[in-house]
Amino acid sequence: MSFWNSIFGRSTPKTANLDALFMVPSAAITLQTAAGLEPSGTGAVCFRSAGGAAFAQTQQEIVALLEADPRAPAVEVTQDRFGFTWLLVHRDPLDIAGLCTDLHAVNTILQDQGFGTGLLCSLIPFQAADGAKVGLVYLYKQGTFYPFAPTGPERRDNLLELNVRDHLAAELPMEKDLQRWLAVWGAPGL
Amino acid sequence: MAHSRFIKDRGLTARMTLTMFLLGALFVALIVTLMYLFSGYAPIIGVIGIGIAFYQWWSSDKVAMRAMRAREVTPEEAPELHGMIDRLCALADMPKPRVGVADMDIPNAFATGRSPNRSVVCVTTGILRTLNAEELEGVLAHELSHVAHRDVLVMTVASSAGIVAGMITQSAQYGGFALFGGNRRDNNNGGALPAYLIALLLSLVVYAVSFFLTRLLSRYREMCADRAGAYLTMKPAALASALQKITGEMAAIPQKDLRSSSAMNAFFIAPAISGASLKTLSSTHPSLEQRLEQLARIQAELGRPGA
Repeated sequence: MSFWNSIFGRSTPKTANLDALFMVPSAAITLQTAAGLEPSGTGAVCFRSAGGAAFAQTQQEIVALLEADPRAPAVEVTQDRFGFTWLLVHRDPLDIAGLCTDLHAVNTILQDQGFGTGLLCSLIPFQAADGAKVGLVYLYKQGTFYPFAPTGPERRDNLLELNVRDHLAAELPMEKDLQRWLAVWGAPGL
Repeated sequence: MAHSRFIKDRGLTARMTLTMFLLGALFVALIVTLMYLFSGYAPIIGVIGIGIAFYQWWSSDKVAMRAMRAREVTPEEAPELHGMIDRLCALADMPKPRVGVADMDIPNAFATGRSPNRSVVCVTTGILRTLNAEELEGVLAHELSHVAHRDVLVMTVASSAGIVAGMITQSAQYGGFALFGGNRRDNNNGGALPAYLIALLLSLVVYAVSFFLTRLLSRYREMCADRAGAYLTMKPAALASALQKITGEMAAIPQKDLRSSSAMNAFFIAPAISGASLKTLSSTHPSLEQRLEQLARIQAELGRPGA
């Protein structure tokens, strides 16, 4: 935050960085060939829903847009225990570019309506042949990715996560600060 | 075209700038007058005063944690609290502060530390019992805004004039005559005494004025933290209901239990003293009505249907 914003105590919430999401399709190919992780055909956006009528209206708009495609299955809307809303989008596992477009549509609508500051993260789950699951999490405010591999209740496979990070380091901006690899237990799609 | 729902409060910024300017002018006036009256030892007092202010700021996290008998908790001990702060920090794009819990029945929370990288957010067990998850998150967002705005630094700098003036006033008890008068060339009491009395009087005035100005600034900073916190969580109503719960309960707690925590008042979310005299002028926190009014305005802006 800038010096004057600190002095005057008027920190504005940081706006989300949306562009890096389009680098995911090529990274998905790398994960597939190098680590044997297949996209599971879902993707989720996690955001903070604001109180009031305007937000409810925006959310309806988003769901209506995503469901307008006759082939697309229903969008699942869930609330987590931290008060964040998750929108789970389904797509053909091979069409990861389409999935990213869907996620991007959610982000742009939220941002157009002035709720872009409430975007927390986006999650694209991958699955290995042996059943291990890894979510590629995109942090909107930092503009970076990190892997999240839950193995059970409140347990994560750190070795696999670091492995995925090393595979993707050349393609995606990976989060360097391990403190920010926040666990999203019970995230839809994982 | 993306638009922001953030409303700039120009009035608040202007009032705060004026207050900070007045505090700065007060400090300069005090130092210049002291330098003029006494050429020898007087600057030492100023340096010591600034040194004390610096030390308060530098070790604010440790001192505050000790004063509140708080202990740091790990993510394993308090997963919910850490999860909440993790998410807020990811939303605000700021480094995660350390997390402390104080075993106290007063429902309260504070944040302190010399910089955002070395800060502590601390909650009492009372607040964990009193508030629900949504309200607690509003309170934590308020505290994180204090960290982001570097309020400990701002308030320490703002109160340095008061600290120096307070030291000079107190020096009367410890033979300040010798300290100030000793270096006068005409070493008779007649020359030193009036100058010292002027300094004493001036310090008293500066101390009194700076007391009210720092309290005023503190109230403005609270309003700013409320605003930034409400925009971060996008749920002003949750913070409003938390404030109502906290201040409602605070008034019910007897005065005696609260006195021990008075040193920390400026950094609390709601003041731990519920006195009534001179309340509006000398309180560190704005009135509940003012805070609720601001939160209601933010709620209205967030709920307004967009273009």
